[in-house]
Amino acid sequence: MSVLLEVKGLTMDFGGLRAVDSVGLEVRQGEIVALIGPNGAGKTTFFNCVTGIYTPTGGDVLVHPPGKKTRRINGLKPNVITTTGMARTFQNIRLFPNMTVLENVMIGRHCRTTTNIIGAVLRGKRTRAQERETIEKSYRLLEKVGLAELAGEFANNLPYGAQRRLEIARAMATDPFLLLLDEPAAGMNPQETHELDALIVRIRNEGNMSILLIEHDMKLVMNISDRIYVMEYGKEIAKGTPQEIRNNPKVIEAYLGEEVHA
Amino acid sequence: MDWAYFVELLCSGLVRGSIYALIALGYTMVYGIIQLINFAHGEIYMIGAFVALIVSGALTIYGFSGVSILVLAALIAAVYAAAYGITLERIAYRPLRGAPRLSPLISAIGASLFLQNYVLLAQTPDFLPFPALIPDFEFMEPIAHIVGSPELVILVVTTLTMIGLTVLIKHTKIGKAMRATQQDMIMARLTGVNVDRVISVTFVIGSVLAAIGGVLVGSYIGQINFYIGFMVGVKAFTAAVLGGIGNIPGAVIGALVLGLTEAFAAGYVSSAYEDVFAFGLLVLILIVRPAGILGKAVKQKV
Amino acid sequence: MQSFKKSVFVALWFMFLTFPLLVVRVNTLKGEVEWRWMNMLWVGIVFFILSYVWRAALERKGQKKANNLDEDGEEILGFRQRLFQDPVIYRKVIAAVLIAAVIFPFVFSSYQINIMVLALIFVVLGLGLNITVGLAGLLDLGYVAFFGIGAYSYALLNTLYGWNFWFCLPIGGLVGALFGVLLGFPILRLRGDYLAIVTLGFGSIAKIVFENWDGLFKGASGIANIERPGFFGLEMSLEQSTIYTYFLMVLMVIFTVFVVNRLKDSRIGRAWMALREDEIACVAMGIDMARTKLSAYAFGAFWAGLAGVIFSARNTYINPNSFTFMESAIVLSIVVLGGMGSIIGVIIAALALILMPEYLRAFADYRMLAFGGIMVLMMIFRPQGLISDVRRKYDLSALQKKKEAKT
Repeated sequence: MSVLLEVKGLTMDFGGLRAVDSVGLEVRQGEIVALIGPNGAGKTTFFNCVTGIYTPTGGDVLVHPPGKKTRRINGLKPNVITTTGMARTFQNIRLFPNMTVLENVMIGRHCRTTTNIIGAVLRGKRTRAQERETIEKSYRLLEKVGLAELAGEFANNLPYGAQRRLEIARAMATDPFLLLLDEPAAGMNPQETHELDALIVRIRNEGNMSILLIEHDMKLVMNISDRIYVMEYGKEIAKGTPQEIRNNPKVIEAYLGEEVHA
Repeated sequence: MDWAYFVELLCSGLVRGSIYALIALGYTMVYGIIQLINFAHGEIYMIGAFVALIVSGALTIYGFSGVSILVLAALIAAVYAAAYGITLERIAYRPLRGAPRLSPLISAIGASLFLQNYVLLAQTPDFLPFPALIPDFEFMEPIAHIVGSPELVILVVTTLTMIGLTVLIKHTKIGKAMRATQQDMIMARLTGVNVDRVISVTFVIGSVLAAIGGVLVGSYIGQINFYIGFMVGVKAFTAAVLGGIGNIPGAVIGALVLGLTEAFAAGYVSSAYEDVFAFGLLVLILIVRPAGILGKAVKQKV
Repeated sequence: MQSFKKSVFVALWFMFLTFPLLVVRVNTLKGEVEWRWMNMLWVGIVFFILSYVWRAALERKGQKKANNLDEDGEEILGFRQRLFQDPVIYRKVIAAVLIAAVIFPFVFSSYQINIMVLALIFVVLGLGLNITVGLAGLLDLGYVAFFGIGAYSYALLNTLYGWNFWFCLPIGGLVGALFGVLLGFPILRLRGDYLAIVTLGFGSIAKIVFENWDGLFKGASGIANIERPGFFGLEMSLEQSTIYTYFLMVLMVIFTVFVVNRLKDSRIGRAWMALREDEIACVAMGIDMARTKLSAYAFGAFWAGLAGVIFSARNTYINPNSFTFMESAIVLSIVVLGGMGSIIGVIIAALALILMPEYLRAFADYRMLAFGGIMVLMMIFRPQGLISDVRRKYDLSALQKKKEAKT
């Protein structure tokens, strides 16, 4: 299994505060990897560094896109990183509220299509073909996440759980080899969470995508993750299979804190 | 180098800067609390000047004289500016709290147009002569050719006002409430701060400062019309952005930098292009420091 | 009773508020004070009534929000959507409008045709600014600068080098677009609010330069004797030329609508809208923000440049006074009134706002007052404009059928 994403010694400082301290992580082809840790452990900051929203203070973020040359992506703009093949979702949902569900997904196709202003005005054969393909691909993705019936609705009219799934569909529309999900189950009820687990596994199996997800709820990721990394106070405190993590005393302490001692 | 000319320009720059500062504070305080560019703030300044003109004109005709006119005119102008400020907030901004960012901004531009044309229609489109309300002091005579009495009064009044404002914000209860609201409106409300009242008070303070500016400028320049608020408003706003909008000392620094830049550009280059220099400076500083001189870069939470 | 008390209070408050400006007028030269007490009475009556209307309107708005789905609104929307989306109806409407547009110059006088040309110029300006503000969500308060740049480009190229209108038309547009990019660069990193002041400054700078660069722009006196649009060197009387310019402008509007409409429903237009909705999500989806912003500025400015060329050809004379902040404000209110992003709305708003003051002379003095008031009221009660942007419906039936066939 080839490595897709390789993070080495990633460090991020905000002023005097070290939010992420020399964290390393690897995602291999076809894996579901989880990054967990209590609130404020630096998971989202780590994510933002990897996806280009922040420029990390130190360390390396290397991507090895299948069949392409390795690239160091520290400090590249988010849109460039997305174009290399890594797409993300947001913890606090960031859809385009006044666009339809279908259009939201179509935006994801932007970096994989090429129509320019002149092409759009002339609307020639190639433009039309591209547009058709964009619509069709987007619609298929909506089917995959179960939102096909709502294609014409405005995104801000969707229920919460559906908005989360729409974010996933939108990220998938950029044809990533690696999908980064930031707390995809936050705010969902147990039933929805269960469905989401199934969806993530299905995406991995059918879509030839690998997945890196952040969760702070540990139970949730145990079922679906191949490997788990654990962060606390900006540092990586453990890594391993779900079984290993479950039995790791450091993790138990970080997570359950006083409850264990009690 | 002609030092007397240099000092003259320096003074004129400081005077301009002080006036900008008085008005820029209104922009920056309102922005700090409700993140709105109160585009109509320049109009409040203009209305302040007009009310002062009308009051002083009427008082002169009815036989009042001397300092009593200045005091009464300034007081009534301040009261009216505050009243207009509150009304503006109630009508044009309060219903738009929580709307997308562009909405209150456009509403503010509309309000600015409305107030300008209201004064135009209610009074006159022409320039009106503004009485010289500030007397010439005898002790200023030896240096009057460089710094006149009005200039001195403007500098002194502005400095005193700044000190007063600082004390108000740092040491009074309402000042504390204002700072709390600026930090986090929802949290301030939860801890029992009457946010609506804080916002109203902010508008009152900003408007009163603008009215003081209006009276000072009116008697310094000697004429006003309905359009004076627009350019001064734009400049004061530029000053607030220069210093870092939302930041009170920043507004003062930005205003002084802007005033001096304009005065020297007008004196040494060309007075026709002083506005070009002002905006050029703005663009330059925003490129180097997008958040302004004292502004803190705000990291949006992702 | 409660609301009566409130209204009385409001009336008294506004009587107090307007007292020095509306009632007193001082004439220092003659030493007289004029008291216009009638105004105070009017203010009292008008605001007493207005306060009822205001409260009712706010209440209705609040209810709408609470209900979220307002049935009444749905119905109107349904009708509007039928009007603009049902091909049978809208084709008829378009045909009627086109016929009216063709007949118009043969029915009305040159004077009225000239005004119509001006109104159509503002339609193009409105549609152009609608791209920047309405679609991409980037506020531009100096839009008139591009209009002026287009106008002066033609004026100079024509009076100095004798270049003809048709050759200069695309040049004017491209020069406008070029300046759009030039303005765009320094403000790429700026937050939305800062755009307001920088674009405003840009607009003022353009006017100052026109006014003071006497050597090139002839200063405040402006440039005269600019050629009218020609037609293969055909000699035309003034009246014929006016009619010709009118048809040219009609074609121009059709062209603009065609291009803007196509762009709106394309990859580019969607990127603009996404930028308006959420910048961070936009870049995270692989959209190049700098490029998208610059293209929105440039493309908006392009139309202003084109309109400017036609404007100076129509007037044969231009001076800096046609390019003040007031014009920017008018174009902005057209976009706001029409509905951000809505093409039909902008056309109707431009025609209404430009023609109304011309035909209702009594209204002309109150024009800017009304514009200002309208901008405030629209933002509060109908931020989506008179005609809200109708989202395109994609035909998915083929895709849906395919799925059924599979299952």
